[in-house]
Amino acid sequence: MSSLLPTPSQTVGPYLSIGLPWPDGPHVVPEGTPGAFWIRGTVRDGNGDLVPDAMIETWQADPEGGFRHPDDPRGAADGEFRGFGRCPTEADGTYGILTVLPGVVPGEGGATQARHIDVSVFARGLLNRVVTRIYFEDQDNTADPVLATVPQERRGTLIAAKTEDGYRFDVRLQGDGETVFFRV
Amino acid sequence: MATPTEFRLPRYGEDPDGTHPPLGYPGYRSTALRHPKQDLVLLPQMLTEVTGPLLGPGRLGEHDNDLTRQHAGEPQGQRIIVTGRLLDGDGRPVRDSLVEIWQANAGGRYRHTGDRWPSPLDPNFDGVGRTLTDSDGRYTFTTIKPGAYPWKNHDNAWRPAHIHFSVFGSAFTQRLVTQMYFPDDPLFSQDPIFNSIPDEKARQRMVSRYDHEITQAEWALGFQFDIVLRGRGASVFEEEEDED
Ligand SMILES: [Fe+3]
Repeated sequence: MSSLLPTPSQTVGPYLSIGLPWPDGPHVVPEGTPGAFWIRGTVRDGNGDLVPDAMIETWQADPEGGFRHPDDPRGAADGEFRGFGRCPTEADGTYGILTVLPGVVPGEGGATQARHIDVSVFARGLLNRVVTRIYFEDQDNTADPVLATVPQERRGTLIAAKTEDGYRFDVRLQGDGETVFFRV
Repeated sequence: MATPTEFRLPRYGEDPDGTHPPLGYPGYRSTALRHPKQDLVLLPQMLTEVTGPLLGPGRLGEHDNDLTRQHAGEPQGQRIIVTGRLLDGDGRPVRDSLVEIWQANAGGRYRHTGDRWPSPLDPNFDGVGRTLTDSDGRYTFTTIKPGAYPWKNHDNAWRPAHIHFSVFGSAFTQRLVTQMYFPDDPLFSQDPIFNSIPDEKARQRMVSRYDHEITQAEWALGFQFDIVLRGRGASVFEEEEDED
C-alpha cells in the first residue's frame, strides 16, 4: 500500500445550510420509533452568543451497543436505525436530534463504556470540526474510561440533562463552561 | 491495551503536523470567539470512533451529480467537470461513499439568504451536489466554475474560487470537510482560510489540477481533485504492544 498525504480541513463557511442539511437529517431513527426522544440544545460562542450557522452531527451505537459497520463484528440491529444524525443550528442557535438511547459499548481490555454519542460540531469560524461526546445524566457513567480522563470539574459539560421530551445538551465553543472537546 | 480478539480494531494514524489549520487563527477573524481555548483531551480510538455512517444511494436524487441539469435551463458560466478519488492514507479507495459539495454561482453568489453581495442569483443554479464514489473510490461532478466573492474579514477581502466538499470515509475519525481550489488563483496570497494551513505542501493539496484528458471537446474543462483521509495503519494491538 502506498502512503498518501492527507487533505487539509477547511471551514464549512457561512453557507453550509445550502449544502449539508437533509430533510430527515435529524432523524437517527424514524419518527414514531418506540423509545425515541429528542436531544435539543444550543451552540454558543466565547461571548455566550448563540451561533446560528453551526451544524451538529452525531454517531452512536444502536440500543444493543452495536454498530452496522464492517469493523464491528457483531453488527447492528436491522431496520431503520441509521446511527447518524445531522442538524444545522437555526437562527436562534438551537438544534435537535431525534434518537434512541445507545447501548453500552465495549471498551478496551474487556471494559465497557457508558452509553454515549460521538458529536462533531462544524461552523463558520471553525477551521476544523470540534469533537465531543454526549453522556446521559440518568445513566451510570461512573466506570466510563473516557470520562475518567476528563478533569472532574469539566465532566459536567459532557452530561446531557433530562427534559420533558428527551435530553438537553448545550455546546459552548469557548469561555465559561467551555465544552470538553477531544482529539481523535 | 489488550482488546478482546473479537474487537481487533483498526487504528487510524495521526495526520502529519501542519496538515490541518489551528482552530484559533487571528487572520480569520471569525475564529476569535469560536475556537476552544482549553486543551483538547485525547479520545482513544474505540468502537464508536473507528466506525461511522455508511450512507448509500438513498441520499441521492437524479441530477445530484450534475449541477448544470437541475433546472429547466442551463446555468451561466464556464462548464467544468470535477473528478477525483477518495482514498485513505494507505492508498485504499473509499468505495460507495457519499460526497457532498456546495458552491457559489459563476458570479460568486450563493443561493443563501445570508449572501447579500450585489451579484445576481442564477435561476438555473442551486450550487448543491451529491454523489457516491464508485468501486475505485472515484467521484465525478459536472458543474460551473464558481466565481470569487468578497467578504468582510479584512480590507478588500476576496475568497479565491472554491467548491466546498464534505466526505465521510468509513470511520468517525476520518470525517472531513474541506474546500477545493483552482490552479494559479491570484487571490490565494490574501486569503486567510487557504493560508491557515501551516504546511505549504499540504495547502497545495487543496488545489485541483487542470486535466486535458478530462476536458471534453466543445463541452467542458476538466479538473482532478483527489481527497485523502487518514490511513488505517497497523491494525493489530498485540504487535504494537510488542514494539513498546
Ligand atoms: Fe464559500
